[in-house]
Amino acid sequence: MDFSLLRNIISRYCVGEEIWVDSRTVYIGHKEPPPGAEAYIPQRYPDNRIVSSKYTFWNFIPKNLFEQFRRIANFYFLVIFLVQLIIDTPTSPVTSGLPLFFVITVTAIKQGYEDWLRHKADCSINECPVDVVQQGKVVRTQSHKLRVGDIVVVKEDETFPCDLILLSSSRPDGTCFVTTTSLDGESSHKTYYAIPDTMAFRTEQEVDSLHATIECEQPQPDLYKFVGRINIYKDKEEPVARPLGAENLLLRGATLKNTQHIHAVAVYTGMETKMALNYQSKSQKRSAVEKSMNAFLIVYLCILISKAVINTVLKYAWQWSPDRDEPWYNHRTEHERQRHVIRAFTDFLAFMVLFNYIIPVSMYVTVEMQKFLGSYFISWDEEMFDEELGEGAQVNTSDLNEELGQVEYVFTDKTGTLTENNMEFIECCVDGNVYIPHAICNGQILSAASSIDMIDASPGGYRRVSVGFVLHSCFNYAPSNSEYEDLFFRALCLCHTVQVKEEETVDGIKRGIHQGRPTSFYISSSPDEVALFPKIFIGSSNIKLYYVIVKSSSGDYLLFCKGADSSIFPRVVSGKVEQVKARVEQNAVEGLRTLCVAYRRLSESEYQEACHHLMEAKLALQDREQRLAQAYDIIERDFVLLGATAVEDRLQEKAADTIESLHKAGMKVWVLTGDKMETAAATCYASKLFRRTTQILELTKKRTEEQSLHDVLFELNRTVLRQHCLDFGLIIDGATLSAVLKPNQEGAGHGNYREIFLEICRNCSAVLCCRMAPLQKAQVKELIKASKEHPITLAIGDGANDVSMILEAHVGIGIMGKEGRQAARNSDYAIPKFKHLKKMLLVHGHYYYIRIAELVQYFFYKNVCFIFPQFLYQFFCGFSQQPLYDTAYLTLYNISFTSLPILLYSLVEQHVSMDTLKREPSLYRDIAKNSLLRWPVFLYWTCLGVFDAVVFFFGAYFLFDNTTFTSNGQMFGNWTFGTLIFTVLVFTVTLKLALDTHHWTWINHFVIWGSLLFYVIFSLLWGGIIWPFLNYQRMYYVFMQMLSSGPAWLSIILLITVSLLPDVIKKVLCRAMCPTATERAQVQCLSFCCHFHYIFHCV
Amino acid sequence: MMASSYSAKDEDGHITVSGPGGGTLRNKKPENTAFKQQRLPAWQPILTAGTVLPAFFIIGLIFIPIGIGLYVTSNNIKEFEIDYTGDDTSSPCYNCAQNFSWNNTKSCTCIIPFQLDQPYESNVFMYYGLSNFYQNHRRYVKSRDDSQLNGNIDSLKKPSKECEPYASVDNKPIAPCGAIANSMFNDTLKLFYNDPNGTSVPILLTSTGIAWWTDKHVKFRNPGGNNANLTAVFQGTVKPVNWHRPVYELDTDPENNGFINEDFIVWMRTAALPTFRKLYRIIQKNNNMAPTLPRGNYTLVVDYNYPVRSFEGRKRMILSTISWMGGKNPFLGIAYITVGSVCFFLGVVLLVIHHKYGNRNNSANISN
Repeated sequence: MDFSLLRNIISRYCVGEEIWVDSRTVYIGHKEPPPGAEAYIPQRYPDNRIVSSKYTFWNFIPKNLFEQFRRIANFYFLVIFLVQLIIDTPTSPVTSGLPLFFVITVTAIKQGYEDWLRHKADCSINECPVDVVQQGKVVRTQSHKLRVGDIVVVKEDETFPCDLILLSSSRPDGTCFVTTTSLDGESSHKTYYAIPDTMAFRTEQEVDSLHATIECEQPQPDLYKFVGRINIYKDKEEPVARPLGAENLLLRGATLKNTQHIHAVAVYTGMETKMALNYQSKSQKRSAVEKSMNAFLIVYLCILISKAVINTVLKYAWQWSPDRDEPWYNHRTEHERQRHVIRAFTDFLAFMVLFNYIIPVSMYVTVEMQKFLGSYFISWDEEMFDEELGEGAQVNTSDLNEELGQVEYVFTDKTGTLTENNMEFIECCVDGNVYIPHAICNGQILSAASSIDMIDASPGGYRRVSVGFVLHSCFNYAPSNSEYEDLFFRALCLCHTVQVKEEETVDGIKRGIHQGRPTSFYISSSPDEVALFPKIFIGSSNIKLYYVIVKSSSGDYLLFCKGADSSIFPRVVSGKVEQVKARVEQNAVEGLRTLCVAYRRLSESEYQEACHHLMEAKLALQDREQRLAQAYDIIERDFVLLGATAVEDRLQEKAADTIESLHKAGMKVWVLTGDKMETAAATCYASKLFRRTTQILELTKKRTEEQSLHDVLFELNRTVLRQHCLDFGLIIDGATLSAVLKPNQEGAGHGNYREIFLEICRNCSAVLCCRMAPLQKAQVKELIKASKEHPITLAIGDGANDVSMILEAHVGIGIMGKEGRQAARNSDYAIPKFKHLKKMLLVHGHYYYIRIAELVQYFFYKNVCFIFPQFLYQFFCGFSQQPLYDTAYLTLYNISFTSLPILLYSLVEQHVSMDTLKREPSLYRDIAKNSLLRWPVFLYWTCLGVFDAVVFFFGAYFLFDNTTFTSNGQMFGNWTFGTLIFTVLVFTVTLKLALDTHHWTWINHFVIWGSLLFYVIFSLLWGGIIWPFLNYQRMYYVFMQMLSSGPAWLSIILLITVSLLPDVIKKVLCRAMCPTATERAQVQCLSFCCHFHYIFHCV
Repeated sequence: MMASSYSAKDEDGHITVSGPGGGTLRNKKPENTAFKQQRLPAWQPILTAGTVLPAFFIIGLIFIPIGIGLYVTSNNIKEFEIDYTGDDTSSPCYNCAQNFSWNNTKSCTCIIPFQLDQPYESNVFMYYGLSNFYQNHRRYVKSRDDSQLNGNIDSLKKPSKECEPYASVDNKPIAPCGAIANSMFNDTLKLFYNDPNGTSVPILLTSTGIAWWTDKHVKFRNPGGNNANLTAVFQGTVKPVNWHRPVYELDTDPENNGFINEDFIVWMRTAALPTFRKLYRIIQKNNNMAPTLPRGNYTLVVDYNYPVRSFEGRKRMILSTISWMGGKNPFLGIAYITVGSVCFFLGVVLLVIHHKYGNRNNSANISN
């Protein structure tokens, strides 16, 4: 390369035309730049210590407590606790302090343990040895002592200790190979390049003699972006500047491969490395259930406050007469009398405390545990285990389990998600002649395969598509060796990034290439000719083109280019365009992926100019992308079309079945792909996204060219509205989509296209978006998410280009695909294959939704039952905040008496068997739109709770009213009254859950009956002893005395029966009158598989 | 709002750092156990009209007889109630009620004649009843010191703060302390049978066995053991302000004196509702064949010490017999009959529904 050309450009920069604030200067080896060149500004950077831990030994308790109480729920309970401590409240602070303490302690222990593990991990990383070049010698030091500017030696198979700029490598061409498995999951080897000026350095002395500074941007998390420049100072010479890009930057966490050792200089250290920046938190997603739960919470908070207000007001009304306020038998203390000013407020707070159990601390714990433990069932699922990959489903967040049961829109990527992403070569078309391997080669084709990487460039990262390229032997037979053919194969050979490795690697896909070096077999002319073509430039631009510029022996510069037909055709000036185009279109209809190949001959001057532009653009630290695009535009024109290839990407196993099930489950499936329409449509038909009966609506560029977008939209809308019984499918392409999404400039006259588009989409069960840019994928999602119904969306994809969509959707699912793990890592759930989505949604999603819905409703129900009698009791105790239940009962009701059965229910309930759910996807519709947590259902549960509470309280009231309860004439007191209600309460709410349980395993029996037994045993024990540490013995023998009374038994049985009756009747009537699909399925299952009779005792 | 913020997961995103050569190899194949695959054998009951039907009939068939039994039993119980509050000028206790003063050292006595229309067989239980008396008021309920009542000497000398403002007088501890003890019911009720021949026969009222056995023997204990000299033990304490006698003079029987006085224990068990009754005395059945309380005229003699007019309360005396199911309470019986009938009726309704809908929906699935 001619560097003199660049010098001008570079020297311009060195003068300092551009001043950017967001950059740093790294002094390699901590050497000051020569005087006059630049001011030496020592900058302070963090050392290379990785701190992933949050706490230290000293700040753990205060910081952790602060973190925990920052959560509103915890704070609420803390406030209640403090109120209990400060003012005279009916219940002791223990009742809320103990559960709070428990929750806080458990969380603190968990977080402390995790932090300790992190500390240990940090330690081992920070102390691992690193070789640093100092004064020309290699010095071994610890990783955390590394500083920006240090020159580091890394040996093969070692991990880079920080972000480094490659200076030199043991390979003569200054390259090194790296795997980034731990960063983005891609196991393929990537090539990184040393700066030409330094790549010759071999010894430490040489490296140490380097005098240079690196200017680069401040750390940013994008793994694939790096902008910088190195200034090399040589004696008495003008400094030399070289551009630095992502291809020079070795990232922390990546591993050196196939290279003995490298020298590199640290630019980002410690917490500023790209890896550390990348593992920052993702934004938290909240499920619809959580939103409804919060809405219910607010309702309950309002109920709580209004209850307290009502009682406070009534209290003062009632106390108006002093004889009631302070009868002779019940005087206040002097102290209490004096505080009458704030008395009303303290009374209000006391009522709040009395009723605060309506929002129980244990609900959060239970929901957390349910989600955490429940998610194990997904990862344990054997059916979602893929033998080939050796991996099962993976849960990255358990917060969204139930959202899996609420999905309305599924957005799926095509390649790698619906299809195998395993390309099989079908045919190629060179200069209008079609070559089909099978036809020509008669079976010889399978002997030796070479592979070619097709690069599908996309801004999110390169997608590698390996093609089983079985051509070489065939084309040895090919009769005519036209120039085009020759060039065509050269192009195919050169336009890729496959490395030729010296040694056998484990990478199976790539193995083919070095069994027979591509140059050696199917270029019919001398193999040496290719060797004379040095790859002098490899580039790829944003418009899905990938090309190389080579210099032939004759001195010509050739630019070979391959890419999607839509990108190539507009830039083609000659070649058999028509034939190739026809062939390409035909292939697309058959569902094949096509790729076009073109070339361009460049003159020396053209080449230089291009180089110049590119270099200029590459050196820029700002707007580099934009400048590069401009530079590419200069190169990418006047192509000569060579031909096209077609490869097939087969559908994944059971993809069609899965899509069909999703359709039946009422989900709308959108396929988003960058492929051309015909290819995508063919795949969609194959995957049953579109069926024969589906009426296809097209909203493509072709159509909008004929009519205006406005007319097309309105026409489609009319069609959809006219016949809404039909099954519609919509095909839209990227260009039209952006036109639709573009804000309307023509004013309000035409209305908003978005709305019409959404209206059409709403009536289509399947939508295919083809020719989509990755960014558009997220836009489509945004559009649907923002529509007025706020449907729940699910995005599924396998590649890096799907990440934006996965992060954007309510639920993001990653396929552990061949294109690395980025999608799987950024997803909420990762599954090995598309077919697993069916079980994930229809079975697990359904179960989780049912479970958590019951959990939430039941929790509110049981606390209404618990607290409402207490509220009613205030009317009979002079609004004095007298608790109905003993402290122990108040404390333990939610913690132990009623917590385990619902937790277990929410873990193992299966209202319908797994097989039925899979067999009948339509059952999914029964729970659509958060149906179990809607306001009517919530109201029903709350009313049921109020009814039960009224039954408990007034039942006990009338039984107790002025009469004797025992056969020895003795009387019971207020604690017996409360205990009776509490016993009925515990039994009722537990039996109510038993009535709701459809799946009685031995664990259910154990927990439900066990928890009732526990209540009885606890009560016997609690009342059986004079507890020495208590200052009151109010419960002494109360429970036993109650049990010794016949009427108490009778009334307990009666009250339980009455409380459960309405719910049973409601269930039976609903099932008989208007059974849901689920209920029908339950009965069918019963008769199907487990036909036994039973009598369900309501008591 | 709350639920999301509660999430125990690390929302501050911790950094997973893999060290050099890090990477765990493990067999990721999930275990094929029934629990992990959610395939535990299970009983899958479904509440359908067909399956619930028998339950309803059974409940109906069980509840109705129980209800009838309870109702009949309740009706057989004899109960007599007399209000002696004395707020009415015609009431014999009017004067006592009017002239009540805390400073009266001499108790006012009123005599109330009444008539029993039926003879009371077996043991008769004599209750006093109070209305509009909030024994369940929070300030009242907690105003006691169980430790003191359990015979703890320290608590005797230094009552709990809960007893305020009835904890001490002139720095001398009150024993028993607290509002409950202070307001102990202190009317004395005596019962006389007016023989048809003109003589007035006092009826023997047993004052033991009215409190819970466990209360009397475990929960309540005199300080220094039950045999100690109570006068000496309670030295240094003062009686509750409203009491006429100190606690160690409640009864002459040492087994029923001090904290273990049964009247006192009964009072200390606070009632659940503002209208309540407490067991006062038991009239034991005599050995002979005569009814405990024969039909005829009686006189109730009340030492009127307990003021209730200030808070519009009422005082009653109740005589009641007791069955196995306690005192007179028709509610339980009626409730059982009602629920039983409703269940039976629902059973019939469900039977109709089951025939109409059940067969249509799932033919022969549920039917036997």
